[in-house]
Parts: sequence; structure tokens; C-alpha cells
Amino acid sequence: MSEYILETRNLTKHYGGVHALEEASFAIRKGEHVAIMGDNGAGKSTFVRQITGVERPTRGEIHFDGQKVEFAGPIEAREAGIEAVFQTLALADHLDVPDNLFLGREKTKWNWLGPFRRLDYKAMHADTLAALEKTGVKIPSIRNTIQYMSGGQRQCVAIARTATFHSKLTIMDEPTAALGVQETAQVENIVRTLKEQGEPLILISHNMRQVMDLCDRIVVFRRGRICANLIAKDVTGEEVVAYITGAKTQPDYSVEGAV
Amino acid sequence: MAEATVGVGGLKYDHKKRYRPPELNVFLALILIVGVFELLGQMLPYMNGQSFLFDTQGRFGSIFNEARLQIIILQVAIIGIIALGVTQVIITGGIDLSSGSIVGATAMIAMSFAQVAEVNGNPHTRAVFFEQGWLDLPVLIPVLVGLACGLLAGLVNGVLVAYTRIPPFIATLGMMVAARGVAKWWTKGQPVSFPTESYAAIGSGMMPVYIFIGLAVLFYLIMRHTVYGKHTYAIGSNMDAARMSGINVQRHLTLVYTIAGGLAAIAAIVLSSKNLTAQAGMGVMYELDAIAMAVIGGISLQGGRGSIIGTCLGALIFGVIISGFTFLRLDAYYQEMAKGAIIVGAVVLDQWRQRRAANRM
Ligand SMILES: Nc1ncnc2c1ncn2[C@@H]1O[C@H](COP(=O)(O)OP(=O)(O)O)[C@@H](O)[C@H]1O
Ligand SMILES: [Mg+2]
Repeated sequence: MSEYILETRNLTKHYGGVHALEEASFAIRKGEHVAIMGDNGAGKSTFVRQITGVERPTRGEIHFDGQKVEFAGPIEAREAGIEAVFQTLALADHLDVPDNLFLGREKTKWNWLGPFRRLDYKAMHADTLAALEKTGVKIPSIRNTIQYMSGGQRQCVAIARTATFHSKLTIMDEPTAALGVQETAQVENIVRTLKEQGEPLILISHNMRQVMDLCDRIVVFRRGRICANLIAKDVTGEEVVAYITGAKTQPDYSVEGAV
Repeated sequence: MAEATVGVGGLKYDHKKRYRPPELNVFLALILIVGVFELLGQMLPYMNGQSFLFDTQGRFGSIFNEARLQIIILQVAIIGIIALGVTQVIITGGIDLSSGSIVGATAMIAMSFAQVAEVNGNPHTRAVFFEQGWLDLPVLIPVLVGLACGLLAGLVNGVLVAYTRIPPFIATLGMMVAARGVAKWWTKGQPVSFPTESYAAIGSGMMPVYIFIGLAVLFYLIMRHTVYGKHTYAIGSNMDAARMSGINVQRHLTLVYTIAGGLAAIAAIVLSSKNLTAQAGMGVMYELDAIAMAVIGGISLQGGRGSIIGTCLGALIFGVIISGFTFLRLDAYYQEMAKGAIIVGAVVLDQWRQRRAANRM
């Protein structure tokens, strides 16, 4: 068994001529919280889409939980134990909170009916309340469609979704980018809970304080490449920024170097 | 406030003000339209104070003009069956223009398997399968053949929409033209008549209404209480979210269009049975009437919103308007003009309602 929950080797993604991700070799240990930082367009979200099975990488390998994996789609990644909160939230506006929480993995009865199996609204309702309890989010009524909810409430629904299903690895892509101070604090609390429970996390964020607070390690992306791998408590914010802007480089970047 | 209770996280929340189902608005519109016809009947000088809704001559057991109510629902039942399928397609954010032509093709093909061997004691030589001797077949055969036709056409629609990413408008437009071609080609334009008694029974009397109501209840339950229904709404609401949530969007869309084709086939069987004949021109414009019923019933053309109840109410409004115009002895031309105005009006109203709801929050 490997000590890493996820490892990528030379992961590459080209969109036609756009080299969005180049030779990314990345690793995260079990229980570790790793931040991914980098300018807009650095390839962070692209990296997430490759390891969550939303897209197929052009090249490279992904090892998850000690096994080489090639996810055919997001369901497979999720079934393997990777839960992601995407930057563009994967929520359906016209459905209510429980429906969104359980979308794609509804609790059902009468399963012999195949696609026409019956939804177990009662069980999903109860589980939703329990999940939201954990996140401390304020939502007037979970039976309302999420259409008119605030960015923070929507984000919390998305995060509650990942928190409901015990996963082996959680990924959050800029979860607090659109949130107010209080809502950000709520999300950070959830992240701390994950840390206490020993659940590993990849957190993509532009918020230096947050990253320094919550993460063990910082991996910097620049122009589609990983350009630095830093232990959070050994670096200052200024140094990290220098790597993000390219003012400073770590020529012999290697996973082992910082881990 | 006694009613104000507490939502998740301690927010104050008034459950009574929670929300007014959009179907309620459609229902109120229905009442309003009935009221207008009732009033016009009383007021227009040439109507001699006739009542639209009530039984003023003591012809029926209840206070209502039961004959009119029956006609209202009977004349929308068959297109209503189509509208049930169209509703599901529209909720996914798509559109189905082919249902009227599928009705034509299916009616022709199904009917040709339902013909009798003898007409007035003479051999039915003009039957489509006279030479093959496929006459007086058990009713199950034309029904199954018809269903298979509709499901197949729907499947083709679904595969085109889901896998080739042709816009649904174009894919189903192609099917609309092609299926009409099949309907004409099947007998080289000849009508198909003289069905067996058991086939004729399917659409006789109030049977179309019972079939419509049965299917409406079935699909209400399916859309509201099953995974199929939930995923249909999810796809129309946010297709990317549905995909990322692990829904097999392509397979699901294929299923939705296939079911819509199946419902068009049921409508075709009922219609040809009711008319005791099938013609290549059957069902022309039905797709538009069905879409109109859905839209009047509050199904959003953007997808994700609406319900089977809404469509049923939309169908009733449709029926009331047709009956109302007949009642007022107005020409059919005015009927169509009014229908057009109401369809556009329903969409405008829906968008206005959406904006207002957004402002209120
Ligand atoms: N589907 C796509 N097709 C073409 N180019 C894309 C696509 N997705 C992302 N890109 C490009 O890839 C680069 C990396 O994007 P992204 O991963 O979203 O950056 P980040 O999340 O770090 O801000 C950008 O230049 C972006 O324009
Ligand atoms: Mg991004």
C-alpha cells in the first residue's frame, strides 16, 4: 500500500492548441491537506477535471489509493471515493436542497423498477438536515428550489454534498471565492472538521491567509506546470506570491523534495 | 408570529407564505376563461342568455351542462396524451416537433394490422394485408405494432439528440418530415379503414378520456416520485450539473424521447380507433397543439420547470377555448387566432412571473 492517496505522473491536458496542463506530477498523502495556488488560467481547474474523471487526460497516469485508475466519467471517480466541489457549481437550480445533495445517487425504494424506482424523499430529507447541521449553514427552507439562494448558501449545499458521502479524497475548487466573511468562516470550519477526521483534501484557493491556516503544503501552478511545492509553515506569503508570479522559481521541483 | 417557524440554521421562515405552486395560477386562468365565456353567453344579445357551464334546461342530473364538459375533455384527450410526452421532452430543455407525424405514420401502420376480413359479407379486398391474409387479427397485434413504431421513431429522435448533439428542434423536424413520408408511402396515400370491433373499442365513447387520465396519473407519479422524473428535471435545469453528478445524460435523453414517441403512438391508436379509419394526413399540427398545452400549463421552454398537472390544466384551457368559441358560434378562424395569442401570452406571463419571483426574494 502506498502512503499516498492520490498520485499523478506527467499528467497532461491539451485543448486543441491550448496546453492547459503540462506534465503535472503531484502527490497527496493520506490525511494531508494540500493547497493548489496559481494565477487565473494556470491550469488548476483543468487539473481537477482530469483527476475527477470529468475529462480524459491527453497523457499521464493517475494513481488513486494505491491503484492505477482511468476514470471513464465522474461517477466512477466518485464511486472510487473522490468527492469534488467544482468551481462552477454542479447544482440544478430548479431542484431543492435534498434533490441537489443526492443528485445522481438518490436514496430509493422499489429498485426492481430500474429507472422508474421510487425516490425515498423521507430518508433524503432527514440526511440533508443532518448534513447541513454539520456545516452550520443557514438555509430558510430546504424544500425551496436553490434558484434564488445566495452564493454562500449554494456553496454550502455543494460542500454539504461532499460531506454527506464519506470520501477518501475531497477536492474543493475555489470554494470561498464568492463568499462573504461569515460564509467563508463556515466553509473553513468544515475544512477543519475534515482535518480532524483525517480526511485528505485538495483546496484550490487564492486566499493566502486561508491556505496558510488550513493546509500543510502548497503546490503552485504556473502556465499549466507545477512550479513549486512548499511546506506551508516554512514559507511566508510573500515567497508564495513570488512563485505564483514567476518572480521566483524552484528549478528542481519534485514531489519528494517537499513532502 | 405564531406561524413563523425556524428554518435550518435558525433563520426565521414563514411556512405559510412558502410558495404558491405555479399550477395554481394556471388553474385560476382556467376558471377565469370559463367565467368569461359564461359571462359572454349571458350578455351577448344573440346568445339569448345561454349558459356555458350550467345546465339550464334540466337535461342532466347535476347542475352542470355535462354534455359540454364531456366534449371539452374528449376533444383534448388525444392531443393531451401526446402533450404528456412533449412535456417531459420540454422539461429536459428540448422540443419535439415530430409527434403529429408519428401519429400519422403509427395510425396508418397499426390500423393496417387491425382490419376485418369481411365488409358487409364481402371479402375486404382493399385491406392492406389482404393478400397475406393478415385480417381479423387479435387486437394486441395492431396495438403492439403501433407502439413499436412510435417507440422506434422516438428512439431515433433520442439518439440523434443525445449522441449527435443536433439541436432537438432540427432532429425532430427531420423526423416530422420523414414520418409523414412514411404515413403517405405506407398505402400510397390510400386511407386504411374497417377495423375489427375490438380495435374500434379502444377509442369509442369516453375511452380516450379514461386512457388520457390513466396515463396522466401514471406520468404524474413517475415525474414526481421516481429517479427518472428527478433526472429529467435535473437535465433541463443544468445539464452540466447533471453530468457531473453522474447522471448518464445521453441515455436518459434517449429514454425521454422514446417515451414521447410511445405516447404519440398511443394517441395514434386511440385516434384511428375513434375515427374508424387512418389517413396519411392524421395528426397534422398536433405537435404544436401539444406544445401549446404544455406551455399554457406553465412548462418552461428553457427546461427544468413545469409539471404534468400543469399540462393537464393547459389541455383543459385549450378545450375550454375551443368549446367556448363554438358555444359563441364564432368562426374557427378566430379560434386559431386566439389560440396563437394565448400561447404567446402564456410564455410572456411565465417570464414575467419568473422575474417577479426573483425580485421578491
Ligand atoms: N474546455 C476548454 N477548451 C479550451 N481551453 C480551455 C478549456 N478549459 C480550460 N481551458 C484553458 O486552459 C487554461 C487553464 O484553465 P483553468 O484550468 O480553468 O485555469 P485555473 O482554474 O487555474 O484558473 C486556460 O487558458 C483556459 O482558457
Ligand atoms: Mg479555476
